[in-house]
Amino acid sequence: MAKTKKTETGTGTGTEQPVRKGSLFEYAPAPESPAAAGEIATGYGHFIGGEFVDSSGSEALKTVNPATEQVLAEFAQGTGEDVDRAVAAARKAFADWSALPGSERAKYLFRIARIIQERSRELAVLESIDNGKPIRETRDVDLPLVAAHFFYYAGWADKLDFAGYGPNPRPLGVAAQVIPWNFPLLMLAWKVAPALATGNTVVLKPAETTPLTALRFAEICRQAGLPKGVVNIVTGDGRTGAALTAHPDVNKVAFTGSTPVGRAIAKQLAGTRKKLSLELGGKAANIVFDDAPLDQAVEGIVNGIFFNQGHVCCAGSRLLVQESVQDELLDALKRRMGTLRVGDPLDKNTDVGAINSAEQLARITELAAAGEQEGAERWAPECELPGAGYWFRPTLFTGVSQAHRIAREEIFGPVLSVLTFRTPAEAVEKANNTPYGLSAGIWTEKGSRILWMANRLRAGVVWANTFNKFDPTSPFGGYKESGYGREGGRHGLEAYLDV
Amino acid sequence: MSTLAANAPGAAGGGLADVAASEATLRRFLHGLPGVDQVGLESRAATLGTRSIKTTAKAFAIDLAISMIDLTTLEGADTVGKVRSLCAKGLSPDPSDRSTPRVAAICVYPDMVATAKEALRGSGVQVASVATAFPSGRAGLPVKLADTAEAVAAGADEIDMVIDRGAFLSGRYLEVFETIGAVKAACERPDGTSAHLKVIFETGELQTYDNVRRASWLAMIAGADFIKTSTGKVAVNATPPVTLLMLEAVRDFRAATGVQIGVKPAGGIRTTKDAMKYLVMVNETLGDDWLSPHWFRFGASSLLNDLLMQRQKLSTGRYSGPDYVTVD
Repeated sequence: MAKTKKTETGTGTGTEQPVRKGSLFEYAPAPESPAAAGEIATGYGHFIGGEFVDSSGSEALKTVNPATEQVLAEFAQGTGEDVDRAVAAARKAFADWSALPGSERAKYLFRIARIIQERSRELAVLESIDNGKPIRETRDVDLPLVAAHFFYYAGWADKLDFAGYGPNPRPLGVAAQVIPWNFPLLMLAWKVAPALATGNTVVLKPAETTPLTALRFAEICRQAGLPKGVVNIVTGDGRTGAALTAHPDVNKVAFTGSTPVGRAIAKQLAGTRKKLSLELGGKAANIVFDDAPLDQAVEGIVNGIFFNQGHVCCAGSRLLVQESVQDELLDALKRRMGTLRVGDPLDKNTDVGAINSAEQLARITELAAAGEQEGAERWAPECELPGAGYWFRPTLFTGVSQAHRIAREEIFGPVLSVLTFRTPAEAVEKANNTPYGLSAGIWTEKGSRILWMANRLRAGVVWANTFNKFDPTSPFGGYKESGYGREGGRHGLEAYLDV
Repeated sequence: MSTLAANAPGAAGGGLADVAASEATLRRFLHGLPGVDQVGLESRAATLGTRSIKTTAKAFAIDLAISMIDLTTLEGADTVGKVRSLCAKGLSPDPSDRSTPRVAAICVYPDMVATAKEALRGSGVQVASVATAFPSGRAGLPVKLADTAEAVAAGADEIDMVIDRGAFLSGRYLEVFETIGAVKAACERPDGTSAHLKVIFETGELQTYDNVRRASWLAMIAGADFIKTSTGKVAVNATPPVTLLMLEAVRDFRAATGVQIGVKPAGGIRTTKDAMKYLVMVNETLGDDWLSPHWFRFGASSLLNDLLMQRQKLSTGRYSGPDYVTVD
């Protein structure tokens, strides 16, 4: 399933490309056992006040495996009443939790981090089943980072006096956190770890297509003996999220997701005293100069846009390549794309997994069609896609101009738009010419040019000769419509402190 | 390599010989090659190392790896008897299973070539000989050429030469280029055929990845048939990132000139798991065209036994142990 075989003609009309023949050394399936995910219940309620409780409403949603379309479990659509209960539990827990010495809070966080490491295989498999992303990524990227975030913020818990926010900075209170489906557990860690380290309590709503690892995390909170009510999880769709962010007794709202929803939340919160941080969409420029280390740039481009099926807000979805190396780079990129293995996310050799939902697949399909209509040239490697599930070939558009929709709108899928430039100034101008500003990448052997560019790019993260690298010590966040506030690093503490 | 493509009308050396017109043109060319980002190269090699090779794929890879081995003995204490028994092992790696493929070549010092040649007569297994003042390369050109000519005269099918790392590191690229060319000429036999030339860089001594890429291009332009990482006689031998880099170099060289060059990592590859990682790199960087003993070799002495034990495990379902493979 994973291997590229010529069954269909490619979606593109591109030039002849050396698509891999790949027949001699065919990798046999290397599937991870779905049983490693542990038991998945048929139905889930919420996690409130340290207990798994039923929803006050009767509406239930279903979460499916995007690679098979099979229903994994039902879970509750959180009602206003559920949100009330969760916020009340968090409020009740706040007094004791915030009064604990930082070193005591740190112990809980360290314990959670260690349990995550111990249960990482289980969590990686569960995440892969619920989200559709390859096990290789959940195992090698997501889970190590999740644990690292808890370890990192555990280290801060007793050092807040020295974080640069004055002596004895105060927590805000109850944090309402709404997270997306692209990195379900990692986004949970980004939000929960700093909130708890600084003495806040949380009510978290995971995305409606990927609630399972958050609910499993609730078990880990119990296993770690975390005081009741410090972490509460309410599931549901946007209605639940809106009830949560609007709740009068939350002090802080943290949201990661789409720009339209972020804008709605910002409006909703305007005039209230709630503190807000938003991490929204992106349309990052990955800029390749003619003196770049080409082989590594190709890997960086692939990692920038095809990592996690392109479901990455900081994905390098616009490739800006210097005109003089365009042909050479595109040849190399197409050759490399021909080796990407698309298919069963639980196969350890899969590079690109399933699109998270039918809805998202429809959006990617629609935008890619718009790219063709607007005159860009579409290319994708020939590869067999599984019959069931939601799939999209890694796709490349050349001849894209700044005016095309595929150069402006966030596609949130494995679709790369290629533009060209001639001078560094033009590269900066085009890179910044977007409503977004989350990330950017620069590829060149010239150190001075990296610094010159980085100073001019209006993006929260600028990677040099690499892309999509994350670390808990490094702050992450956007400019313009990519949101405000920073997560990660020392800067990430500020979002949860009264400073 | 657009600069190259413009310069290269097709033949090996050919148009590229122009770049060796002088020390200056050669340096300009080698230093104009795209740089290598260390972090990116190493992370790509590490990622390829995580491929999970199971069942039928593993069986295929084990047999392929056995057929790609240059079974090697390069000890001061080598004897005629030892070389003969190594040849016997190369011809029949697992006496208990005649379906086991033969190795690609037996690699010995020049004075053992005749012995190996005789032992392997008619088998198709090649005799490779390390010549040119192996492993240090520290001898005058006449000595190196005499070393090579002697090995070729004794019947060597393949010559593994070492470059003068001192000359390379001090920027005397033309000297290295000309030495390779001279050794290549010394590989010719009276009947007009020629021994295959493998050029060893000793990448552990070249230190930087940029140097490895330059050495690769230098050797390919000068007429190498194979490029090889190391002698196996220093602390750092073949590594996955260095090998990946050399695979990328032969890929780009073929794209620029149409000439295909082989790659041989040597030294330190001891386990089946290691060998699998190298084959995955070949598979995903170069594909089928290089998945043959004609284009990819392992320079190894202890790898074979681990491959044989894994092979037995696949066919019997049980691990046997070191006494179920021969010690030669």
